[in-house]
Amino acid sequence: MMNLFVLQLLNGVQLGVLLFLIAAGLTLVFGIMDVVNLAHGVLYMVGAYFVATFAALTGSFWWGLVLMLPAAVAVGLILEYVVIRRLYTRSHLDQVLATFGLVMIANETVKIVWGVSPLSVPLPEILSGSVPLMDPLRYPVYRIAIIVAGLAVAAGLFVTINHTRIGMLLRAGATNRAMVSALGIDIGKLFAIVFTLGAVLACLAGALVAPILSVDTGMGESVLILTFVVVVIGGIGSIKGAFLGAILVAVVDTLGGVFGPILLRAVLDPSAAGQAGRMLAPMLVYILMAAILFARPAGLFGGRA
Amino acid sequence: MSVVSTSAPARAPVLAPRVKAALVLFTLFALFPPVVTALDDPFLILIGTRILAYAIAAMALDLILGYGAMVSFGHAAYLGFGTYAVAILSSYGIHDILLQTAAAIALSAVFAFVTGAISLRTRGVYFIMITLAFGQMAFFFFISLSAYGGDDGYGLRQRSTLFGSDVLENEYALYYATLVVLIGLFALSHRIVGSRFGRVLTGIRENATRMEAIGYSPFRYQLTAFVISGCMTSIAGVFLANQAEFVSPAFMSWHRSGELIVMVVLGGIGTLSGAIGGAVAALLLEEFLGKLTEHWRLWFGLFLVLMVLFSPRGITGLIQQIQQGRAR
Repeated sequence: MMNLFVLQLLNGVQLGVLLFLIAAGLTLVFGIMDVVNLAHGVLYMVGAYFVATFAALTGSFWWGLVLMLPAAVAVGLILEYVVIRRLYTRSHLDQVLATFGLVMIANETVKIVWGVSPLSVPLPEILSGSVPLMDPLRYPVYRIAIIVAGLAVAAGLFVTINHTRIGMLLRAGATNRAMVSALGIDIGKLFAIVFTLGAVLACLAGALVAPILSVDTGMGESVLILTFVVVVIGGIGSIKGAFLGAILVAVVDTLGGVFGPILLRAVLDPSAAGQAGRMLAPMLVYILMAAILFARPAGLFGGRA
Repeated sequence: MSVVSTSAPARAPVLAPRVKAALVLFTLFALFPPVVTALDDPFLILIGTRILAYAIAAMALDLILGYGAMVSFGHAAYLGFGTYAVAILSSYGIHDILLQTAAAIALSAVFAFVTGAISLRTRGVYFIMITLAFGQMAFFFFISLSAYGGDDGYGLRQRSTLFGSDVLENEYALYYATLVVLIGLFALSHRIVGSRFGRVLTGIRENATRMEAIGYSPFRYQLTAFVISGCMTSIAGVFLANQAEFVSPAFMSWHRSGELIVMVVLGGIGTLSGAIGGAVAALLLEEFLGKLTEHWRLWFGLFLVLMVLFSPRGITGLIQQIQQGRAR
């Protein structure tokens, strides 16, 4: 039981780290630009497809990862320049519609370019094994690598946001956009940077997860909704909130799926517990979200609702 | 986001042109089945019923989206409640459509009340994301409902009955029943919008603080509207289940919620008849593009992006622009 708990906890943290990479960009785009971007999940999917293609072309996951980055920057810049830039001054409703259209376009384009059958990306040789964790438990090296890589990116993001000039502008922009603009900062350039940074992080998450998931067109959507929950729980515009929210949501989701039925068995008979557990588990994160919002409508670290 | 028409003549009631538009639409709907008979393509009548059902849902969404500025991205959940009310009750031998509708409304009212009360504590972007999340919650609940097929859905053995008769098995009867309900709900929505309640709701949309200052509680009015809208949407679900004779969680996916918003915006928000026209336009466009290419979503998405970028007020806005251009 203890082994199972540790295993699922690690899985939860690994999912949480990925969610954070996606949510970080989303929360900045929401917080600073006040734009609802439904197409953010698409970027996660595109990242995975990029790494699959480049890895297949070069024969190496690492080259795939390296080549994915400029491609992700290009996608971010183009998307911002062609569509998102025109949505800043529009209502949330318009933003929802336009980015919903982008989701449709992207999903179909991916189907046309890469086909409907899922792709798989081979695990890089060096990270393929597993390490002993607690006897007799072993844990795949690659998942540990995801956790480490995710935490490293998170740390880098924290430093950037709290100790650099661009980070200062980001924080200022999230607090008071009009004032930053009035102080002579080119807000258009800042927005482009924020959006592209978010796009790259989401693509990176997709690329990292590609070797352990099958890469298909639906992968962006389940993640998008979970990311929304993360952003709402953490508070829009807060990186710290996104990090805690991501870990919280992922751990609750992972542990709930496994231990919900086990806990319910204590009060219900096994078949009813199994049934109820299967129904409740996927709803758990939403119940968590509802509870947090009930107490704090602006999320854990949100300044305004 | 003002949608109130400013170009209406001073003395005529503001809503009159919209009612006229709705009457034209309803007349066209009523004349559709004879045309189908003449064309001898019975599949068209099923498409017609589907369009009418979505028109009900779009109109219901317009009540809160257009008149209350509440962008609910989880309205497909209520479609799902309607469809599953039919499926679940009929599996227990309750086929009466009135009872099924009552169950759908009751379930939707409870869900809308609870999730609405939580969602309405927030504004703007938060509200959109939270309604989306609650919609997904309902979606996952029905996916895990293995007794009714889970992800794969559940085929209905028969359609609903009306007062014990199986008249709705006839495609034409189902079509006209849906049309009658659509007209009834339009009349009801029209009354709601024009009532004191509707005026307060519109006032809150324009300026919540000011309405609060003159003694109205925005929360209570918005929540009531949210519940009414959810219940009306579930009625659309009841007819959709009968039309398809099949229910599945796909009715409540977030894409469906998005499509409902598209319908409302396509017809111009806050016009009721616009939402009906929008549902017709969106579904016909879908059918048309679907005939041309299997990748119709690409073109539909492109259409959406271009529409938002170049005509922010939908088809109604486009028509108004053209009319104004002519008047000059």
